[in-house]
Amino acid sequence: MSMVLFDVPGPKARVRHKIMAVVGIAVALAAVVYVVMRFIATDQFSARRLDWINYKQIQLSLVEAIGNTLSAFALGAVLALVFGAIFAAARLSDHGWVRAPAAVIVEIFRAIPLVIMMFFFYYGLPVAGVKLSAFTAVVISLMLYNGSVLAEIFRAGINALPRGQSEAAYALGMRKTQVMMLVLLPQALRAMLPTIISQLVVLLKDTALGFLITYEELLRWGTRIGNDAVNFGRPMIPVMIVVALIYIGLCLLLTWLANYLEKRNRRNKKVIHTDDDAAAQVQLGAASTAVGGGLTV
Amino acid sequence: MSVLTNHLDLFLYTFGQTLQLFAISAVLSLVLGTILAALRVSPVPVFRGIGATYVTVLRNTPLTLVFVFFVFAYPLLEIVKIEPYTAAVVSLSLYTAAFVCEVVRSGINTVPVGQAEASRALGLTFTQMLGNVVLPQALRSVVPPMTSTMIALLKNTTVASGFAVVQAGSIRDSLSEAGENVLFGLLWVAIGFVILVMPLTYVQQVFEKRWSVAR
Repeated sequence: MSMVLFDVPGPKARVRHKIMAVVGIAVALAAVVYVVMRFIATDQFSARRLDWINYKQIQLSLVEAIGNTLSAFALGAVLALVFGAIFAAARLSDHGWVRAPAAVIVEIFRAIPLVIMMFFFYYGLPVAGVKLSAFTAVVISLMLYNGSVLAEIFRAGINALPRGQSEAAYALGMRKTQVMMLVLLPQALRAMLPTIISQLVVLLKDTALGFLITYEELLRWGTRIGNDAVNFGRPMIPVMIVVALIYIGLCLLLTWLANYLEKRNRRNKKVIHTDDDAAAQVQLGAASTAVGGGLTV
Repeated sequence: MSVLTNHLDLFLYTFGQTLQLFAISAVLSLVLGTILAALRVSPVPVFRGIGATYVTVLRNTPLTLVFVFFVFAYPLLEIVKIEPYTAAVVSLSLYTAAFVCEVVRSGINTVPVGQAEASRALGLTFTQMLGNVVLPQALRSVVPPMTSTMIALLKNTTVASGFAVVQAGSIRDSLSEAGENVLFGLLWVAIGFVILVMPLTYVQQVFEKRWSVAR
Protein backbone atom coordinates (compact mmCIF):
# COMPACT_ATOMS: atom_id res chain seq x y z
CA MET A 1 0.00 0.00 0.00
CA SER A 2 1.19 3.47 -0.83
CA MET A 3 1.64 5.75 2.16
CA VAL A 4 3.28 8.49 0.12
CA LEU A 5 0.25 10.70 -0.17
CA PHE A 6 -1.53 10.38 3.13
CA ASP A 7 -0.86 10.86 6.80
CA VAL A 8 -2.01 8.24 9.26
CA PRO A 9 -5.75 8.99 9.52
CA GLY A 10 -7.14 10.61 12.64
CA PRO A 11 -10.60 9.94 14.12
CA LYS A 12 -12.44 12.22 11.65
CA ALA A 13 -10.63 10.80 8.64
CA ARG A 14 -11.32 7.27 9.85
CA VAL A 15 -15.05 8.00 9.96
CA ARG A 16 -14.86 9.57 6.51
CA HIS A 17 -13.01 6.52 5.17
CA LYS A 18 -15.65 4.23 6.63
CA ILE A 19 -18.42 6.20 4.90
CA MET A 20 -16.47 6.09 1.63
CA ALA A 21 -15.93 2.36 2.05
CA VAL A 22 -19.67 1.82 2.47
CA VAL A 23 -20.37 3.95 -0.63
CA GLY A 24 -17.70 2.06 -2.56
CA ILE A 25 -19.11 -1.32 -1.62
CA ALA A 26 -22.61 -0.11 -2.54
CA VAL A 27 -21.51 1.11 -5.98
CA ALA A 28 -19.55 -2.06 -6.73
CA LEU A 29 -22.41 -4.25 -5.55
CA ALA A 30 -24.90 -2.24 -7.62
CA ALA A 31 -22.78 -2.78 -10.73
CA VAL A 32 -22.47 -6.52 -10.10
CA VAL A 33 -26.18 -6.85 -9.29
CA TYR A 34 -27.09 -4.97 -12.48
CA VAL A 35 -24.98 -7.28 -14.63
CA VAL A 36 -26.38 -10.37 -12.91
CA MET A 37 -29.92 -8.99 -13.40
CA ARG A 38 -29.20 -8.64 -17.12
CA PHE A 39 -27.88 -12.20 -17.16
CA ILE A 40 -31.09 -13.41 -15.56
CA ALA A 41 -33.42 -11.16 -17.58
CA THR A 42 -31.95 -12.40 -20.87
CA ASP A 43 -31.73 -15.95 -19.51
CA GLN A 44 -27.99 -16.46 -20.15
CA PHE A 45 -27.66 -19.39 -17.77
CA SER A 46 -30.64 -21.45 -18.86
CA ALA A 47 -30.22 -25.22 -18.88
CA ARG A 48 -30.06 -25.17 -22.67
CA ARG A 49 -27.24 -22.63 -22.69
CA LEU A 50 -25.22 -24.68 -20.20
CA ASP A 51 -25.94 -27.98 -21.94
CA TRP A 52 -22.66 -27.90 -23.89
CA ILE A 53 -20.74 -28.77 -20.73
CA ASN A 54 -22.29 -32.25 -20.73
CA TYR A 55 -21.03 -33.33 -24.15
CA LYS A 56 -17.91 -35.44 -24.11
CA GLN A 57 -17.07 -34.32 -27.64
CA ILE A 58 -17.06 -30.67 -26.57
CA GLN A 59 -15.07 -31.37 -23.42
CA LEU A 60 -12.44 -33.10 -25.54
CA SER A 61 -12.38 -30.24 -28.04
CA LEU A 62 -11.89 -27.80 -25.15
CA VAL A 63 -8.87 -29.78 -23.95
CA GLU A 64 -7.57 -29.82 -27.50
CA ALA A 65 -8.08 -26.05 -27.84
CA ILE A 66 -6.19 -25.40 -24.60
CA GLY A 67 -3.49 -27.73 -25.92
CA ASN A 68 -3.28 -25.70 -29.13
CA THR A 69 -2.98 -22.45 -27.19
CA LEU A 70 -0.30 -23.91 -24.93
CA SER A 71 1.70 -25.49 -27.74
CA ALA A 72 1.74 -22.20 -29.66
CA PHE A 73 2.82 -20.53 -26.42
CA ALA A 74 5.53 -23.09 -25.61
CA LEU A 75 7.09 -23.17 -29.05
CA GLY A 76 6.73 -19.40 -29.46
CA ALA A 77 8.33 -18.78 -26.06
CA VAL A 78 11.33 -21.04 -26.70
CA LEU A 79 11.93 -19.58 -30.17
CA ALA A 80 11.47 -16.02 -28.89
CA LEU A 81 14.00 -16.61 -26.10
CA VAL A 82 16.53 -17.99 -28.61
CA PHE A 83 15.83 -15.15 -31.06
CA GLY A 84 16.15 -12.63 -28.22
CA ALA A 85 19.44 -14.10 -26.99
CA ILE A 86 20.98 -14.10 -30.47
CA PHE A 87 19.92 -10.55 -31.28
CA ALA A 88 20.87 -9.22 -27.84
CA ALA A 89 24.33 -10.71 -28.32
CA ALA A 90 24.47 -9.13 -31.78
CA ARG A 91 23.44 -5.72 -30.42
CA LEU A 92 26.12 -5.94 -27.73
CA SER A 93 28.77 -6.94 -30.26
CA ASP A 94 32.01 -4.98 -30.62
CA HIS A 95 31.68 -4.95 -34.40
CA GLY A 96 29.62 -2.20 -35.94
CA TRP A 97 28.62 -4.30 -38.94
CA VAL A 98 26.95 -6.82 -36.61
CA ARG A 99 25.45 -4.26 -34.24
CA ALA A 100 23.78 -2.00 -36.80
CA PRO A 101 21.71 -4.54 -38.76
CA ALA A 102 20.66 -6.26 -35.51
CA ALA A 103 19.49 -2.92 -34.11
CA VAL A 104 17.48 -2.17 -37.27
CA ILE A 105 15.83 -5.60 -37.28
CA VAL A 106 14.92 -5.45 -33.60
CA GLU A 107 13.49 -1.94 -33.89
CA ILE A 108 11.45 -2.82 -36.98
CA PHE A 109 9.93 -5.99 -35.54
CA ARG A 110 9.06 -4.15 -32.36
CA ALA A 111 7.20 -1.49 -34.34
CA ILE A 112 5.05 -3.77 -36.52
CA PRO A 113 1.76 -4.88 -34.93
CA LEU A 114 1.58 -8.60 -34.30
CA VAL A 115 -1.72 -8.82 -36.20
CA ILE A 116 -0.14 -7.39 -39.35
CA MET A 117 2.73 -9.88 -39.02
CA MET A 118 0.29 -12.79 -38.71
CA PHE A 119 -1.69 -11.55 -41.71
CA PHE A 120 1.55 -11.22 -43.63
CA PHE A 121 2.62 -14.80 -42.95
CA TYR A 122 -0.84 -16.33 -43.32
CA TYR A 123 -2.47 -14.30 -46.11
CA GLY A 124 0.49 -12.52 -47.69
CA LEU A 125 3.07 -15.24 -48.24
CA PRO A 126 0.80 -17.59 -50.24
CA VAL A 127 0.86 -14.90 -52.94
CA ALA A 128 4.59 -15.56 -53.26
CA GLY A 129 3.92 -19.31 -53.32
CA VAL A 130 4.83 -20.05 -49.69
CA LYS A 131 1.95 -21.66 -47.85
CA LEU A 132 2.18 -21.69 -44.06
CA SER A 133 -0.25 -23.29 -41.65
CA ALA A 134 -2.03 -21.03 -39.18
CA PHE A 135 0.04 -22.58 -36.38
CA THR A 136 3.33 -21.79 -38.12
CA ALA A 137 2.21 -18.23 -38.88
CA VAL A 138 1.26 -17.68 -35.23
CA VAL A 139 4.51 -19.15 -33.90
CA ILE A 140 6.75 -17.24 -36.32
CA SER A 141 5.00 -13.96 -35.56
CA LEU A 142 5.20 -14.54 -31.82
CA MET A 143 8.89 -15.38 -32.16
CA LEU A 144 9.75 -12.27 -34.20
CA TYR A 145 7.80 -9.79 -32.09
CA ASN A 146 8.43 -11.11 -28.59
CA GLY A 147 11.97 -12.14 -29.54
CA SER A 148 12.72 -8.52 -30.42
CA VAL A 149 11.23 -7.29 -27.16
CA LEU A 150 13.21 -9.92 -25.23
CA ALA A 151 16.39 -8.90 -27.07
CA GLU A 152 15.91 -5.39 -25.68
CA ILE A 153 15.26 -6.78 -22.19
CA PHE A 154 18.43 -8.91 -22.31
CA ARG A 155 20.48 -6.00 -23.59
CA ALA A 156 19.16 -3.65 -20.92
CA GLY A 157 19.87 -6.29 -18.25
CA ILE A 158 23.48 -6.70 -19.33
CA ASN A 159 24.00 -2.95 -19.68
CA ALA A 160 22.58 -2.35 -16.20
CA LEU A 161 25.41 -4.31 -14.57
CA PRO A 162 28.20 -2.23 -13.02
CA ARG A 163 31.02 -1.73 -15.50
CA GLY A 164 33.55 -2.93 -12.94
CA GLN A 165 32.25 -6.46 -13.44
CA SER A 166 33.38 -6.77 -17.04
CA GLU A 167 36.47 -4.64 -16.45
CA ALA A 168 37.59 -6.93 -13.63
CA ALA A 169 36.90 -10.00 -15.76
CA TYR A 170 38.96 -8.61 -18.63
CA ALA A 171 41.72 -7.70 -16.18
CA LEU A 172 41.79 -11.33 -15.09
CA GLY A 173 42.55 -12.23 -18.69
CA MET A 174 39.16 -13.64 -19.67
CA ARG A 175 38.07 -13.53 -23.28
CA LYS A 176 34.92 -11.84 -24.56
CA THR A 177 32.86 -15.03 -24.56
CA GLN A 178 34.08 -15.98 -21.11
CA VAL A 179 33.26 -12.55 -19.70
CA MET A 180 29.76 -12.80 -21.10
CA MET A 181 29.06 -16.42 -20.16
CA LEU A 182 30.78 -16.62 -16.78
CA VAL A 183 30.43 -13.12 -15.38
CA LEU A 184 27.75 -10.98 -17.02
CA LEU A 185 25.00 -13.43 -18.00
CA PRO A 186 24.58 -15.21 -14.64
CA GLN A 187 24.14 -11.88 -12.84
CA ALA A 188 21.97 -10.26 -15.51
CA LEU A 189 19.67 -13.29 -15.83
CA ARG A 190 18.88 -13.15 -12.15
CA ALA A 191 17.88 -9.50 -12.31
CA MET A 192 15.93 -9.94 -15.55
CA LEU A 193 13.95 -13.05 -14.70
CA PRO A 194 10.76 -11.28 -13.53
CA THR A 195 10.75 -9.04 -16.62
CA ILE A 196 11.31 -12.01 -18.91
CA ILE A 197 8.41 -13.88 -17.37
CA SER A 198 6.04 -10.93 -17.62
CA GLN A 199 6.96 -10.76 -21.30
CA LEU A 200 6.07 -14.46 -21.51
CA VAL A 201 2.66 -13.61 -20.02
CA VAL A 202 2.25 -11.13 -22.90
CA LEU A 203 3.22 -13.89 -25.31
CA LEU A 204 0.63 -16.22 -23.80
CA LYS A 205 -2.07 -13.58 -24.21
CA ASP A 206 -0.92 -12.85 -27.75
CA THR A 207 -1.60 -16.44 -28.81
CA ALA A 208 -5.27 -15.39 -28.74
CA LEU A 209 -4.54 -13.26 -31.82
CA GLY A 210 -4.37 -16.57 -33.69
CA PHE A 211 -8.16 -16.25 -33.56
CA LEU A 212 -7.90 -13.64 -36.33
CA ILE A 213 -6.14 -16.05 -38.71
CA THR A 214 -8.39 -19.05 -37.98
CA TYR A 215 -5.92 -20.84 -35.70
CA GLU A 216 -7.99 -23.30 -33.64
CA GLU A 217 -7.01 -22.07 -30.18
CA LEU A 218 -9.00 -21.48 -27.03
CA LEU A 219 -10.72 -18.26 -28.07
CA ARG A 220 -11.74 -19.64 -31.45
CA TRP A 221 -13.15 -22.70 -29.71
CA GLY A 222 -15.11 -20.32 -27.47
CA THR A 223 -16.66 -18.37 -30.34
CA ARG A 224 -17.51 -21.59 -32.17
CA ILE A 225 -19.43 -23.05 -29.22
CA GLY A 226 -20.74 -19.64 -28.16
CA ASN A 227 -22.24 -18.90 -31.59
CA ASP A 228 -23.97 -22.28 -31.79
CA ALA A 229 -27.58 -21.11 -32.01
CA VAL A 230 -28.99 -24.44 -33.22
CA ASN A 231 -27.96 -26.76 -30.40
CA PHE A 232 -27.37 -24.47 -27.46
CA GLY A 233 -29.08 -21.13 -28.27
CA ARG A 234 -25.87 -19.05 -28.46
CA PRO A 235 -24.31 -19.63 -25.02
CA MET A 236 -21.69 -16.91 -25.69
CA ILE A 237 -21.78 -15.45 -22.15
CA PRO A 238 -21.16 -18.65 -20.14
CA VAL A 239 -18.59 -19.90 -22.66
CA MET A 240 -16.69 -16.60 -22.65
CA ILE A 241 -16.67 -16.56 -18.85
CA VAL A 242 -15.10 -20.03 -18.89
CA VAL A 243 -12.55 -19.01 -21.54
CA ALA A 244 -11.66 -15.81 -19.65
CA LEU A 245 -11.20 -17.74 -16.42
CA ILE A 246 -8.85 -20.19 -18.15
CA TYR A 247 -6.76 -17.37 -19.64
CA ILE A 248 -6.65 -15.47 -16.35
CA GLY A 249 -5.73 -18.66 -14.50
CA LEU A 250 -2.88 -19.46 -16.89
CA CYS A 251 -1.53 -15.90 -16.79
CA LEU A 252 -1.76 -15.67 -13.00
CA LEU A 253 0.12 -18.95 -12.75
CA LEU A 254 2.96 -17.45 -14.78
CA THR A 255 2.81 -14.17 -12.83
CA TRP A 256 2.90 -16.08 -9.58
CA LEU A 257 6.01 -17.87 -10.84
CA ALA A 258 7.57 -14.48 -11.61
CA ASN A 259 6.81 -13.17 -8.12
CA TYR A 260 8.09 -16.35 -6.52
CA LEU A 261 11.35 -16.12 -8.45
CA GLU A 262 11.70 -12.45 -7.60
CA LYS A 263 11.25 -13.17 -3.91
CA ARG A 264 13.68 -16.07 -3.92
CA ASN A 265 16.06 -13.89 -5.84
CA ARG A 266 15.91 -11.12 -3.27
CA ARG A 267 16.38 -13.49 -0.36
CA ASN A 268 19.84 -14.88 -0.92
CA LYS A 269 22.55 -12.83 -2.47
CA LYS A 270 25.80 -13.24 -0.70
CA VAL A 271 24.95 -15.58 2.12
CA ILE A 272 26.77 -18.88 1.92
CA HIS A 273 25.47 -21.32 4.50
CA THR A 274 28.22 -22.89 6.52
CA ASP A 275 28.19 -24.93 9.68
CA ASP A 276 30.50 -22.46 11.32
CA ASP A 277 28.33 -20.11 13.39
CA ALA A 278 30.78 -17.25 13.62
CA ALA A 279 31.44 -17.27 9.89
CA ALA A 280 27.68 -17.28 9.22
CA GLN A 281 27.24 -14.26 11.48
CA VAL A 282 29.92 -12.30 9.68
CA GLN A 283 28.51 -13.17 6.27
CA LEU A 284 24.98 -12.30 7.29
CA GLY A 285 26.19 -8.94 8.51
CA ALA A 286 28.00 -8.32 5.26
CA ALA A 287 24.97 -9.35 3.26
CA SER A 288 22.64 -7.08 5.16
CA THR A 289 24.90 -4.06 4.71
CA ALA A 290 25.15 -4.89 1.02
CA VAL A 291 21.36 -5.00 0.70
CA GLY A 292 20.91 -1.94 2.89
CA GLY A 293 23.52 -0.02 0.95
CA GLY A 294 21.61 -0.62 -2.25
CA LEU A 295 24.44 -2.50 -3.91
CA THR A 296 22.09 -5.14 -5.23
CA VAL A 297 20.36 -4.64 -8.55
CA MET B 1 4.76 0.18 -55.28
CA SER B 2 1.75 0.05 -57.57
CA VAL B 3 -0.37 -1.38 -54.75
CA LEU B 4 0.27 1.74 -52.73
CA THR B 5 -0.14 4.26 -55.56
CA ASN B 6 -3.29 2.62 -56.96
CA HIS B 7 -4.97 2.51 -53.56
CA LEU B 8 -3.50 5.60 -51.96
CA ASP B 9 -6.99 6.77 -50.95
CA LEU B 10 -7.66 3.49 -49.19
CA PHE B 11 -4.34 3.60 -47.33
CA LEU B 12 -4.78 7.21 -46.25
CA TYR B 13 -8.37 6.67 -45.17
CA THR B 14 -7.69 3.49 -43.17
CA PHE B 15 -4.61 4.89 -41.46
CA GLY B 16 -6.68 7.97 -40.65
CA GLN B 17 -9.25 5.66 -39.04
CA THR B 18 -6.46 3.92 -37.10
CA LEU B 19 -5.25 7.27 -35.77
CA GLN B 20 -8.79 8.29 -34.86
CA LEU B 21 -9.40 5.02 -33.04
CA PHE B 22 -6.05 5.45 -31.29
CA ALA B 23 -6.72 9.07 -30.27
CA ILE B 24 -10.18 8.42 -28.80
CA SER B 25 -9.08 5.28 -26.95
CA ALA B 26 -5.91 6.99 -25.71
CA VAL B 27 -7.85 9.86 -24.14
CA LEU B 28 -10.46 7.55 -22.61
CA SER B 29 -7.90 5.08 -21.26
CA LEU B 30 -5.76 7.87 -19.79
CA VAL B 31 -8.78 9.28 -17.94
CA LEU B 32 -10.03 5.90 -16.75
CA GLY B 33 -6.53 4.69 -15.92
CA THR B 34 -5.80 7.75 -13.80
CA ILE B 35 -9.08 7.31 -11.91
CA LEU B 36 -8.18 3.66 -11.31
CA ALA B 37 -4.71 4.66 -10.12
CA ALA B 38 -6.34 7.12 -7.71
CA LEU B 39 -8.48 4.25 -6.42
CA ARG B 40 -5.42 2.03 -6.04
CA VAL B 41 -3.48 4.54 -3.92
CA SER B 42 -6.49 5.74 -1.91
CA PRO B 43 -6.56 5.26 1.88
CA VAL B 44 -9.83 3.31 1.67
CA PRO B 45 -9.13 -0.45 1.41
CA VAL B 46 -12.36 -1.13 -0.51
CA PHE B 47 -11.34 1.29 -3.27
CA ARG B 48 -7.92 -0.31 -3.47
CA GLY B 49 -9.57 -3.72 -3.75
CA ILE B 50 -11.83 -2.58 -6.59
CA GLY B 51 -8.90 -1.06 -8.46
CA ALA B 52 -6.72 -4.12 -7.93
CA THR B 53 -9.44 -6.52 -9.10
CA TYR B 54 -10.05 -4.52 -12.26
CA VAL B 55 -6.35 -4.40 -13.09
CA THR B 56 -5.75 -8.10 -12.37
CA VAL B 57 -8.69 -9.21 -14.51
CA LEU B 58 -8.06 -6.93 -17.49
CA ARG B 59 -4.28 -7.32 -17.52
CA ASN B 60 -4.50 -11.09 -17.64
CA THR B 61 -7.17 -11.25 -20.33
CA PRO B 62 -6.16 -11.20 -24.00
CA LEU B 63 -7.35 -8.06 -25.80
CA THR B 64 -8.94 -10.26 -28.46
CA LEU B 65 -11.13 -11.82 -25.77
CA VAL B 66 -12.27 -8.36 -24.63
CA PHE B 67 -13.16 -7.61 -28.25
CA VAL B 68 -15.05 -10.89 -28.62
CA PHE B 69 -16.95 -10.10 -25.46
CA PHE B 70 -18.08 -6.65 -26.57
CA VAL B 71 -18.80 -7.59 -30.18
CA PHE B 72 -20.43 -11.04 -29.77
CA ALA B 73 -21.46 -11.50 -26.15
CA TYR B 74 -22.49 -8.02 -25.01
CA PRO B 75 -25.34 -7.62 -27.56
CA LEU B 76 -26.98 -10.74 -26.06
CA LEU B 77 -27.51 -8.81 -22.83
CA GLU B 78 -29.74 -6.32 -24.69
CA ILE B 79 -28.61 -3.27 -22.70
CA VAL B 80 -27.68 -0.58 -25.22
CA LYS B 81 -26.97 -1.38 -28.84
CA ILE B 82 -23.43 -0.42 -29.85
CA GLU B 83 -21.74 -0.25 -33.23
CA PRO B 84 -18.61 -2.35 -33.84
CA TYR B 85 -16.61 0.89 -33.86
CA THR B 86 -17.88 1.83 -30.41
CA ALA B 87 -17.22 -1.71 -29.23
CA ALA B 88 -13.63 -1.37 -30.47
CA VAL B 89 -13.17 1.95 -28.64
CA VAL B 90 -14.64 0.50 -25.43
CA SER B 91 -12.50 -2.65 -25.58
CA LEU B 92 -9.28 -0.78 -26.32
CA SER B 93 -9.98 1.82 -23.61
CA LEU B 94 -10.91 -0.65 -20.88
CA TYR B 95 -7.94 -2.89 -21.69
CA THR B 96 -5.37 -0.08 -21.90
CA ALA B 97 -6.73 1.65 -18.78
CA ALA B 98 -5.44 -1.26 -16.68
CA PHE B 99 -1.92 -0.68 -18.00
CA VAL B 100 -2.17 3.11 -17.64
CA CYS B 101 -3.26 2.57 -14.04
CA GLU B 102 -0.20 0.46 -13.26
CA VAL B 103 2.15 2.98 -14.88
CA VAL B 104 0.70 5.92 -12.92
CA ARG B 105 0.61 3.97 -9.67
CA SER B 106 4.21 2.80 -9.90
CA GLY B 107 5.17 6.36 -10.83
CA ILE B 108 3.63 7.70 -7.64
CA ASN B 109 5.28 4.93 -5.64
CA THR B 110 8.75 5.89 -6.91
CA VAL B 111 8.53 9.23 -5.09
CA PRO B 112 10.28 8.76 -1.72
CA VAL B 113 7.97 8.95 1.30
CA GLY B 114 10.18 11.68 2.78
CA GLN B 115 9.14 14.08 0.01
CA ALA B 116 5.48 14.01 1.01
CA GLU B 117 6.32 14.01 4.71
CA ALA B 118 8.61 17.00 4.30
CA SER B 119 6.01 18.97 2.36
CA ARG B 120 3.40 18.23 5.04
CA ALA B 121 5.88 19.34 7.69
CA LEU B 122 6.29 22.60 5.76
CA GLY B 123 2.54 23.09 5.98
CA LEU B 124 1.66 22.58 2.32
CA THR B 125 -1.95 21.65 1.63
CA PHE B 126 -2.81 18.36 -0.08
CA THR B 127 -3.18 19.99 -3.52
CA GLN B 128 0.05 21.95 -3.10
CA MET B 129 1.89 18.81 -2.07
CA LEU B 130 0.49 16.84 -4.99
CA GLY B 131 0.93 19.61 -7.56
CA ASN B 132 4.29 21.02 -6.51
CA VAL B 133 6.14 18.11 -4.97
CA VAL B 134 4.86 14.62 -5.71
CA LEU B 135 3.43 14.75 -9.24
CA PRO B 136 6.35 16.62 -10.89
CA GLN B 137 8.68 13.91 -9.59
CA ALA B 138 6.28 11.09 -10.41
CA LEU B 139 5.87 12.41 -13.97
CA ARG B 140 9.52 11.74 -14.72
CA SER B 141 9.18 8.05 -14.09
CA VAL B 142 5.72 7.92 -15.69
CA VAL B 143 6.30 9.41 -19.14
CA PRO B 144 8.66 6.81 -20.68
CA PRO B 145 6.55 3.73 -19.74
CA MET B 146 3.39 5.67 -20.61
CA THR B 147 4.78 6.23 -24.10
CA SER B 148 5.35 2.47 -24.37
CA THR B 149 1.76 1.84 -23.30
CA MET B 150 0.49 4.27 -25.92
CA ILE B 151 2.67 2.67 -28.62
CA ALA B 152 1.17 -0.67 -27.64
CA LEU B 153 -2.31 0.85 -27.90
CA LEU B 154 -1.56 2.18 -31.38
CA LYS B 155 -0.47 -1.29 -32.50
CA ASN B 156 -3.37 -2.94 -30.70
CA THR B 157 -5.92 -1.02 -32.79
CA THR B 158 -5.21 -3.59 -35.53
CA VAL B 159 -6.92 -6.28 -33.45
CA ALA B 160 -10.16 -4.63 -34.57
CA SER B 161 -9.54 -6.14 -38.04
CA GLY B 162 -11.32 -9.30 -36.98
CA PHE B 163 -14.42 -7.40 -35.91
CA ALA B 164 -15.56 -5.42 -38.96
CA VAL B 165 -13.99 -2.13 -37.91
CA VAL B 166 -12.28 -0.24 -40.71
CA GLN B 167 -8.66 0.64 -39.83
CA ALA B 168 -5.19 -0.07 -41.22
CA GLY B 169 -5.46 -3.80 -40.39
CA SER B 170 -8.51 -4.20 -42.62
CA ILE B 171 -6.67 -3.05 -45.75
CA ARG B 172 -6.04 -6.72 -46.46
CA ASP B 173 -9.77 -7.41 -46.92
CA SER B 174 -10.22 -4.55 -49.37
CA LEU B 175 -7.09 -5.50 -51.33
CA SER B 176 -7.96 -9.18 -51.65
CA GLU B 177 -11.46 -8.19 -52.78
CA ALA B 178 -9.93 -5.95 -55.44
CA GLY B 179 -7.67 -8.86 -56.47
CA GLU B 180 -4.54 -6.94 -55.60
CA ASN B 181 -1.23 -8.29 -54.33
CA VAL B 182 -1.88 -8.79 -50.60
CA LEU B 183 1.78 -9.49 -49.88
CA PHE B 184 2.95 -6.04 -50.93
CA GLY B 185 -0.15 -4.41 -49.50
CA LEU B 186 0.66 -5.83 -46.06
CA LEU B 187 4.29 -4.82 -46.43
CA TRP B 188 3.12 -1.24 -46.96
CA VAL B 189 0.88 -1.45 -43.90
CA ALA B 190 3.85 -2.68 -41.88
CA ILE B 191 5.98 0.20 -43.17
CA GLY B 192 3.18 2.60 -42.30
CA PHE B 193 3.23 1.38 -38.70
CA VAL B 194 7.01 1.59 -38.50
CA ILE B 195 6.73 5.22 -39.66
CA LEU B 196 4.07 5.94 -37.03
CA VAL B 197 5.85 4.18 -34.15
CA MET B 198 9.45 5.29 -34.75
CA PRO B 199 8.95 8.97 -33.80
CA LEU B 200 7.16 7.89 -30.60
CA THR B 201 10.03 5.54 -29.68
CA TYR B 202 12.48 8.36 -30.38
CA VAL B 203 10.59 10.79 -28.14
CA GLN B 204 10.48 8.14 -25.42
CA GLN B 205 14.24 7.61 -25.57
CA VAL B 206 14.91 11.36 -25.44
CA PHE B 207 12.74 11.75 -22.34
CA GLU B 208 14.28 8.72 -20.71
CA LYS B 209 17.82 10.01 -21.25
CA ARG B 210 17.11 13.57 -20.18
CA TRP B 211 15.22 12.64 -17.04
CA SER B 212 17.43 9.83 -15.90
CA VAL B 213 20.25 12.39 -15.66
CA ALA B 214 18.12 14.87 -13.72
CA ARG B 215 17.37 12.40 -10.97
